[in-house]
Amino acid sequence: MSLTNYLVLASILFTIGATTVLLRRNAIIVFMGIELMLNATNLVLVTFSRMHGNLTGQVMAFFVMVVAAAEVVIGLAIIVSIFRTRRSASVDDVNLLKS
Amino acid sequence: MHSLFSVAVQTAPATGAFQSGAWLLVAVPLASAAILLLAGRRADRWGHWLGVAASSFSFLLGLGVMLSLTSLPAAERVRDLHLFSWLSAGTLTVDAGFRLDPLSLTFVLLVTFVGSLIHVYSVAYMEHDRDRRRFFAYLNLFVAAMLLLVLADSYLLLFFGWEGVGLASYLLIGFWNHQTPNAVAAKKAFIANRIGDLGMLIAIMLMFATFGGVDFATVHGHVAGTAPGTLTAIGLMLLLAATGKSAQFPLQSWLGDAMAGPTPVSALIHAATMVTAGVYLVVRSAPLFDAAPTARLVVVIVGAITLVFGAVVGSAKDDLKKALAASTMSQIGYMILAAGLGPIGYAFAIFHLVTHGFFKAGMFLGAGSVMHGMDDQVDMRGFGALSKYMKITWITFGLGWLAILGVPPFAGFWSKDKIIESAFVPVAGSPWQAWVFGTVALLGAGLTSFYMSRLFFMTFHGTRRWDDGSGTPPALAAGTTVDLNHQHPHESPRLMTVPMIILAIGSVTIGWLLSLGSGIVGWLEPVTGRVAHEADPVLPVPVLMTVTLVLVALGILLAWRQYAAVLVPVVPPRGSVLTRAARKDLYQDDVNDALLVEPGTYLTRSLVFGDHQVVDGGATGLARLTVGAGSLLRRVQNGYVRSYAATMLIGLIVLVGAVLAARI
Repeated sequence: MSLTNYLVLASILFTIGATTVLLRRNAIIVFMGIELMLNATNLVLVTFSRMHGNLTGQVMAFFVMVVAAAEVVIGLAIIVSIFRTRRSASVDDVNLLKS
Repeated sequence: MHSLFSVAVQTAPATGAFQSGAWLLVAVPLASAAILLLAGRRADRWGHWLGVAASSFSFLLGLGVMLSLTSLPAAERVRDLHLFSWLSAGTLTVDAGFRLDPLSLTFVLLVTFVGSLIHVYSVAYMEHDRDRRRFFAYLNLFVAAMLLLVLADSYLLLFFGWEGVGLASYLLIGFWNHQTPNAVAAKKAFIANRIGDLGMLIAIMLMFATFGGVDFATVHGHVAGTAPGTLTAIGLMLLLAATGKSAQFPLQSWLGDAMAGPTPVSALIHAATMVTAGVYLVVRSAPLFDAAPTARLVVVIVGAITLVFGAVVGSAKDDLKKALAASTMSQIGYMILAAGLGPIGYAFAIFHLVTHGFFKAGMFLGAGSVMHGMDDQVDMRGFGALSKYMKITWITFGLGWLAILGVPPFAGFWSKDKIIESAFVPVAGSPWQAWVFGTVALLGAGLTSFYMSRLFFMTFHGTRRWDDGSGTPPALAAGTTVDLNHQHPHESPRLMTVPMIILAIGSVTIGWLLSLGSGIVGWLEPVTGRVAHEADPVLPVPVLMTVTLVLVALGILLAWRQYAAVLVPVVPPRGSVLTRAARKDLYQDDVNDALLVEPGTYLTRSLVFGDHQVVDGGATGLARLTVGAGSLLRRVQNGYVRSYAATMLIGLIVLVGAVLAARI
């Protein structure tokens, strides 16, 4: 099986994630979209690691996972905090800095 | 042509306690001025006496320096006192130093002697002024600056003093600056002087460019071998400076208005000393002018014009002080004329300057005394018959009057006659000069006699033209319907009359005293050079003297017939065209307005307009552009996270696209 298929899959996953981030209003769903994009990236890194025969890509993928874990913690905490104060999880309602 | 051989004069360093202490001449009045200005109201009670003491100290020290010079042989009477290294910029180095020689010492003594007397006079004159202390501070500042001017050994230091006296003059003309006309007069004097100062600056720059230095020794030592054109340019620029400071044509218009200052100021600054600085400058620059005959001819022409100009204006003015100011202008015209005549005239210019300093200061103090007794009134048409009420003022003023007329043996006779004779001495190559300038000088003597007699008779003689409160109306010219001023004329206090008496004695004797032996001409020889053989005037001297005296007598007679023998109208009659023009200073102000002030105003206005439209328009236009761009860009910042994310994504795609495009 060609390694190209993995790249195609990663592209599809990334596109779905990006579309989710851009189109959905619910903060949780947007968050899931971000996670999807990160994982698509991981897939690309691992694929290229395989392609070039060294471990740099895999190491990078581990880094991304660690950062994503930390990001999920903080992001969810922010979303919960916003939901508590504004009774909404819509990202369009969070525009206090503008007005 | 005069064969001029200068006495072998060498400058030597100053020796002895008096000469090396000469810096105190300037320092003491300056320190006194600083104390008076800084001490504030605390010094109100004794401040004026400190001012008198500082000025008197300078006089005594000046006397000491002069005695130490007279004890030396004539050839060694030029001394240089090095003070400190003043400034050094590139190839220009200027040392601050004093030049102690007969010329500067003559000025020092005149300034400090007349100055001290006027200080004493001012103690009484300004007694009721709450700012008397400030007045004395300015007077001391003036004395210090004037002494610096005459003692300086370089044109730059001289310029420093030159500006100092200009400042003091400005401060004192506008001393009562709570009245707008006084403040305006002060500004007018300052601005007119600025034009002259510009000439001085250009002259100094030309000297530096040509000779590489600005001290007298360098400049005067390098005159020989310099292009005549350069020397003429320097001479003309120096003359411009002199016309500004000495109120000569065409910069004379400020002097009449300068009479807005207190009368002692008019006596000291605008008659006896500061306005003569231009004459000093010309005489001091004698080696320059000797080598530039064209510049000298212009000097004579300026002097001749001013001499007639001032006399004509003085004949029509009804304001006592302004008539005296016009007379000052005219007399300084005589001095400038004499200075422009070259080696034969320098000494006589200074001679007339000294005698004029005495009699004109005396007459101004007399005018102040009259104003003191007449409730500060200056219109001579409201005076008359004051001789009965102010005996001392009348006599001292009368002696000054005889002195300025040139009646022998009073002071003016000795100096003015010499100038008239010198003006008649033929100049090689242009015989017309002697006749033209001689005639002008002669005519000036007659005019002087007329306007001074007019002033004297209108003030002190004739019938009284004021209300003495006794109920008997004075005899008045037919058709007078105006209300007369209620006056109680009285003699001034002794502090005022004593300086007047001393100056009057000077007016009588100084001319004769300074002609004893070789006199002031011999005394000034180390500076002005000696004329080996004095060429004879085109007319014999006794004839000239007789004609002068006849003209003077005619002037007195005419004035007596018009202003003492008949009733003088209180309201000035319409007068002839010339009278009306002379009352308005021969339209000098109108000419200045039309030529300089109006175009200047328009230029300023157009600059303001341009500033508003172009400069401000550019600045505000740029600001408006920024604001517009900002409000356009603000629309992008809508606060929706998703649109920001979309922007980032689009940016990323564009970037990747660009990279790929570059690769492929």
